[in-house]
Amino acid sequence: MSDEYEHKLEAKSDYTADASNVGASDIDAVPEAEVADQELYHSHSWWTTYVFSQDAKYIGVQYALTAIGTGLLGLVLSWLMRIQLAFPGLGWLEPAAYYQFVTMHGMIMVIYLLTALFLGGFGNLLIPLMCGSRDMAFPYVNMLSYWAFVVAVLVLLASFFVPGGPTGAGWTLYPPQAITAGTPGSNWGIILMLVSLILFVAGFTMGGLNYIITVLQLRARGMTLMRMPLTIWGIFTATVLALLAFPALLVGCLMMTLDSMLGTSFFMPAMVSLGEKLSYDGGSPILFQHLFWFFGHPEVYIVALPAFGIVSDLLSVHARKNIFGYRMMVWAIVGIGALSFFVWAHHMYVSGMNPWFGFFFATTTLIIAVPTAIKVYNWIITLWRGNIQLSLPMLFSLAFIVTFLNGGLTGLFLGNVTVDVPLSDTYFVVAHFHMVMGIAPILVVFGAIYHWYPLITGRMLNETLGKIHFWITFVGSYAIYFPMHYQGFVGVPRRYFEIYDSPYIDTSTLLLNQFITIAALIVGAAQLLFLYNIIVSARLGKKSKKNPWKACSLEWQTPQMPPEHGNWGKETPKVYRWAYDFSVPGAKEDYIPQNVPPSEVTGAKVEKT
Amino acid sequence: MPVTVAIVFLLITVGSVVFHFWSPWWWPEVASNWGGMDDTIILTFWMTGFVFVVICLFISYCVWKFAYKKDKRAEYKPEDKKLEFRLTWITTLGVAALLAPGLVVWNSYVTVPDNAYKMEVFAYQWGWKYRLPGDDGILGKTDIKYISDDNPFGLILEDPNGKDDLLVDGDELHLLIDRPVKFELRTIDVLHNFYVPQFRGKMDMVPGIITYYWITPTKTGDFEVLCAEYCGTGHYAMRGRVIVDKEQDYKKWEAKQITFEKMLAQNKNVKNLQLAKSTK
Repeated sequence: MSDEYEHKLEAKSDYTADASNVGASDIDAVPEAEVADQELYHSHSWWTTYVFSQDAKYIGVQYALTAIGTGLLGLVLSWLMRIQLAFPGLGWLEPAAYYQFVTMHGMIMVIYLLTALFLGGFGNLLIPLMCGSRDMAFPYVNMLSYWAFVVAVLVLLASFFVPGGPTGAGWTLYPPQAITAGTPGSNWGIILMLVSLILFVAGFTMGGLNYIITVLQLRARGMTLMRMPLTIWGIFTATVLALLAFPALLVGCLMMTLDSMLGTSFFMPAMVSLGEKLSYDGGSPILFQHLFWFFGHPEVYIVALPAFGIVSDLLSVHARKNIFGYRMMVWAIVGIGALSFFVWAHHMYVSGMNPWFGFFFATTTLIIAVPTAIKVYNWIITLWRGNIQLSLPMLFSLAFIVTFLNGGLTGLFLGNVTVDVPLSDTYFVVAHFHMVMGIAPILVVFGAIYHWYPLITGRMLNETLGKIHFWITFVGSYAIYFPMHYQGFVGVPRRYFEIYDSPYIDTSTLLLNQFITIAALIVGAAQLLFLYNIIVSARLGKKSKKNPWKACSLEWQTPQMPPEHGNWGKETPKVYRWAYDFSVPGAKEDYIPQNVPPSEVTGAKVEKT
Repeated sequence: MPVTVAIVFLLITVGSVVFHFWSPWWWPEVASNWGGMDDTIILTFWMTGFVFVVICLFISYCVWKFAYKKDKRAEYKPEDKKLEFRLTWITTLGVAALLAPGLVVWNSYVTVPDNAYKMEVFAYQWGWKYRLPGDDGILGKTDIKYISDDNPFGLILEDPNGKDDLLVDGDELHLLIDRPVKFELRTIDVLHNFYVPQFRGKMDMVPGIITYYWITPTKTGDFEVLCAEYCGTGHYAMRGRVIVDKEQDYKKWEAKQITFEKMLAQNKNVKNLQLAKSTK
């Protein structure tokens, strides 16, 4: 499939002379290594092995556990908000606390859970293993990246304990309101939030450069870019996006910190705040929104692209069929990534920016629907005439398609500028983004954890607990967010502590709120089953076979399972094919791993990849 | 197991459609000229709903039909150029069909008709005020530094156009039925958004600039105003009322409002009043 690879073959035709297996040499040809094998840091103590680890696999697990721990706080905050919305009569939350919880929930889930989990967690675990490398390019920097993330989380959590509490500015942190008196946490809380984000970006940059350089420079012999699993393509592209998008957030945070602490006026016009004239003058609140969404929209894809990649691999492995249209899938990932930098102002249709921008951004936004739709088609065509095993990763992947489809289609409502006018700032938006970038990626996370857990621990997760967890999570979260769109049609505005009995809102809307809250409590509680499962199975789970899912990609082909430090023993693997040679006609097994040379599967009628 | 899973996915699909048609939760009847927005939503619903149903049914079918069997092999077919090409074009056409009508409506939303009368919506943490241009039809210029107890709107005293501006006492606004009105949106502190669900229109109010949108009320009645852009702790309580009147009732209400000049006189603010008079 890849021309690039064929050229390399021709250019380096002389290497066959020193291939040991002379008979098979022609068809088993793999280009020589371009750089010498990597010298790794070897840990000497418990501290350097488990705490300040430089092994990407450990760092990945550390990232994942920290992210999930923070995410659990985000989950509890969502319960508190939902109870307030459903039972306003209880009066157990102050409006200020409600807004602080909304803000922290949003920021935690988007940045500290999803971004950290997909890139820091899965990126670190899977990039070296799937590319056939021994570790990340810069293991020490990689360690620093994780610890910067830890400090960022601690600073964020510290804001719960400062005077005034955490910021209640909404996760978008729009000025002027974020730093003026009418908003909770406008003195200390917001500063800690901004500092935490700055630290996060710094930490992420260290990790991100690592991921990119590792993918570009440290792939195993024969692992051309067009043979990489889509998981790697997704994580790689997302990292490129993040490195380009986070600087916009960073400068926005820095400028707002200056506005707040030194009295500059980047984002602050002249204003009268609660009867008091402030000394700001001439700044533009909309400038911050542009910076925020120039980061914020790619951020959606920073979360979505790794999920796209991972789910493609899960579907393929568990349907025992190659991913359909691999090349199209790669270009769709890259195309979506590039387009995602041209659509940011669709979050700002009614922000007061020049309304004529609406034409441009509605058009670019709807264009991005095309490559996204292609991905959905290719996932479902992968199922067609497959041999579908309804394992837990497959179930979660199927559920992902349904929720992502739903959330993607409602994106066509909001992206189409006219339709956005009545729906913006209502619960339709809340339902849309939770479906598309909350539930859908989280379902992939679960699928991925059920899939790769044996690789990390050498044991399987409990299937029955997993099924219960799956059905409650999938059906429950659909029951939360599907009806919520209709509250948006009613016109219920988001970020309302209480809606009272507005004349245009039927009392049944409150009933719907109660239903949603109860569903949210159940879905949240079901996550305890999952936690129990991952904790207990690490010790007591059924021992996993090597390569339990019969996957083709390299992470399952390590000499030991779980893989040891350096991943590959004496020699790094050689790659002869893409990661999707499932059910090849003429092959004995229904899968051919990437590192199986053609001479060992001579009967198989593989298409060249 | 495959049959059960297929049925559950089928039920979710059918359930979504049934919910849609039976849902008691739907928009309040439109009371402005922006019924076109509702129509675009309906069009989007039909098209996206169709895609949703087809794809979900396809998944259910595959789960049931291609369930795992030990001795079975999946099909080996890495690509199908023709199929991918067709799907790409069909999608592109579908997307264009959604976009085009949307842009047409947006064009009229951002183009204010010449015969629209102007008024100012004034937002602050956390409430609404309104200002009408008075007999001259021109809203007087304002500046945030003039805001005081005597001059709550911050009207520039030197601007003669401001003197006959009607300053609405209280947060109840009246509008004329069937007359296009342009809301000039102003805030003196943080972001707000002037939102009446039945009118469909929305636009953020941004300190430092005047934003706008326009509507033509098409139904008389009493509607609630909400703030639709988060503006701090009191956001949820930032409500007001809009009443759409026939001409007669509107005139009665308008007659009750006082001009800026009168207000200054009532407040016995002699200095400001003299300054205002001297610039006539």
